[in-house]
Amino acid sequence: MTELVIEAGRTEREYWRDLWRYRELFYFLAWRDLLVRYKQTFVGVGWSLIRPMLTMLVLTIVFGKLGKMPSGGMPYPLLVLCGMLPWQFFSGAMSESGNSLVSNSNLISKVYFPRLVITTSSVITSFVDFLISGLFLVVLMFWYHSKPPAGVLLLPFFVLLVFGAALGVGMWISALMVEYRDFRFIVPFLVQFGLYVSPVGFQTSIVPERFRLLYALNPMVGIIDGFRWCLLGPRSSVYLPGVAIALIEVILLIASGLWYFRKTERTFADVI
Amino acid sequence: MLSDALNTTNVKSDMSNSAITIENLSKRYTIGHQRAKGDGIRHAFESAIRSPISWFRSRRQKKLEQVDFWALNDLSLQISQGEVIGIIGRNGAGKSTLLKILSRITVPTTGVVRINGRIASLLEVGTGFHQELTGRENIFLNGAILGMSRAEITRKFDEIVEFSEIEEFIDTPVKRYSSGMYVRLAFAVAAHLEPEILIVDEVLAVGDSSFQKKCLGKMGSFAQSGRTVLFVSHNMEAVRTLCNRCIWLKDGRLHQDGSADDVIDDYFNSISNEVSGHCVNPDYGFTLEKVVLRNSWGEEVNQFRPGDDLVVEVSYDAQKRIGRPILAIGVIGPNGSCFTSNMLLDGNRPEFVEGTGQIKCTFKSIPLLPQSYTVKLVIRAETITDLIISYRDVALFNVVGDLADYGYKGEFLTWASRSTPVVVPYEWCLPDGTTTSVALIRQDSSKDTATSTSEMPQALAMHETE
Repeated sequence: MTELVIEAGRTEREYWRDLWRYRELFYFLAWRDLLVRYKQTFVGVGWSLIRPMLTMLVLTIVFGKLGKMPSGGMPYPLLVLCGMLPWQFFSGAMSESGNSLVSNSNLISKVYFPRLVITTSSVITSFVDFLISGLFLVVLMFWYHSKPPAGVLLLPFFVLLVFGAALGVGMWISALMVEYRDFRFIVPFLVQFGLYVSPVGFQTSIVPERFRLLYALNPMVGIIDGFRWCLLGPRSSVYLPGVAIALIEVILLIASGLWYFRKTERTFADVI
Repeated sequence: MLSDALNTTNVKSDMSNSAITIENLSKRYTIGHQRAKGDGIRHAFESAIRSPISWFRSRRQKKLEQVDFWALNDLSLQISQGEVIGIIGRNGAGKSTLLKILSRITVPTTGVVRINGRIASLLEVGTGFHQELTGRENIFLNGAILGMSRAEITRKFDEIVEFSEIEEFIDTPVKRYSSGMYVRLAFAVAAHLEPEILIVDEVLAVGDSSFQKKCLGKMGSFAQSGRTVLFVSHNMEAVRTLCNRCIWLKDGRLHQDGSADDVIDDYFNSISNEVSGHCVNPDYGFTLEKVVLRNSWGEEVNQFRPGDDLVVEVSYDAQKRIGRPILAIGVIGPNGSCFTSNMLLDGNRPEFVEGTGQIKCTFKSIPLLPQSYTVKLVIRAETITDLIISYRDVALFNVVGDLADYGYKGEFLTWASRSTPVVVPYEWCLPDGTTTSVALIRQDSSKDTATSTSEMPQALAMHETE
């Protein structure tokens, strides 16, 4: 029989083992969120397709038609959609996971399991949405007869990268939100703001050369560039230092997010 | 450090049968701290920007400005495997904090807890139930949250549904459930956990009385199978029936540890003596001096027999004159309010109270089964919104007695301790025309018969399903 020791300093010695023991809970919580989200809706899962479709339409019209941004020979809707998929995943995950701890406060104050499960499973929920919206991209690529280049094999790397970015930010915001509900107001602002400072509706190449590096400090720049490059090929230029910066930033985000989350986790139940 | 090492060796020698070892456990909540946080990030920023140095210092010297509240204070306990322990105490005595630490929801400030065995805690029934999901979906979700694997839930699914008695609604969203159905389903999931140590907090406060019995039965059988149970409840009779050992927490400390009967009796006695000083309302200059229970001979007691008169004597000191006050006295049983006397309804309000005095209320031949009761007292001034005092446990008393003396002779007389306590005199008329009346009036033992109360057959049926 194992002995469990609860002590002020090192309660969480078995944290990682518990995380493994509760692995099915990742699935169950994500499943709950997905089930609940479309209960009593008429269109149901269709919303996962309608949302990106409409946003794509608007961005194509605003940036492509009215703004007359260069498309680099790519169909503008495709260009927009390739940027929008990772962005919507990231921003969706950021809002959902940011709120996740607070909206599950009844669980936190009444039952034990590694709290990381909550935040992670809300990122997983957004990821499922991302996959469904991905179907729309596949259809659109057929429509435009746009064959994916060999680079598509690198797509999983960028998916992993955006997942990591979402998780890292999610850990930070959800843990901060427990103490500072201010983030309830900050997050929607970040989402709105982020859409314009990330190359969702346009290509990175329109940013002047000398600001390129500065611009690439936004990790979504490297990630979105990567997505476009993988799916649309060399027609879209990829700024390699941007990808490197994104990779480093994501690693830092995850490491620091994990650190802060673990540090504050033990008092969640007292503060929430 | 040395003492730590010594403790550890002590524990090791006992390890074979120790389920939970608690050593010097304390938990501090800083109240000022919480309030500062309520102001949010702006407060933190602002004070940091305005005066960085003092902000920094204030963070260093936290303890000076904030009020510490020790929810648990140097608690040490040893719980062996197979023990069924009741934890009692007033609200705020630290019961819930202790359970939260044991279930790893929060961490202790100091001290160590060692737990041997798989632990499951039930601090609430239906944690994580989602209104929009169906009963079936919620069983899986709730099971996973409580730590069951999907395979385990699938295996026990039918049993859970059967226990909950809601087969036909299993695919209905739980938001359409009645609260009774909801609780039944939730408890059914929890009842199928198979931990070695079970922690239960006041779960029985919800649900109807027959279901509460079913829960108690389940917990009893759980205890009989040699597993360890920690049970927090305000229901003293439930604690008495279920537990062999009882722990009384007071102000975060261990006040008494002993056999359930002894501790509960002492707890009852102490509360009756405790009232004075607690019930002061300075706004009205009103002090509730004491509340005494007397029998019809005027003796101060807190044990009554069914059918006795119960006199509640309220002594007060009103420094200011209070015109037309309203008193209400309620007798509260394990399942809730039994009966009350209420001047709001009967209108017998005194013209005024001033200075020291007494108000007595005699409940005639109390029709109560042998259980434990508390007395609630509410005093209001002129209008009902002017609350002077509302106090839940001004006095406690037990009703004791052998129901056989009252003509009761059912097979399940022991269940009377869990039945609905108030017995309005009633009369059975059977198919063969015999009639028998039942009332909590002592009668000659040679005299005729009575049956048990209506809930008994139900109780029997429930016992059989287990």
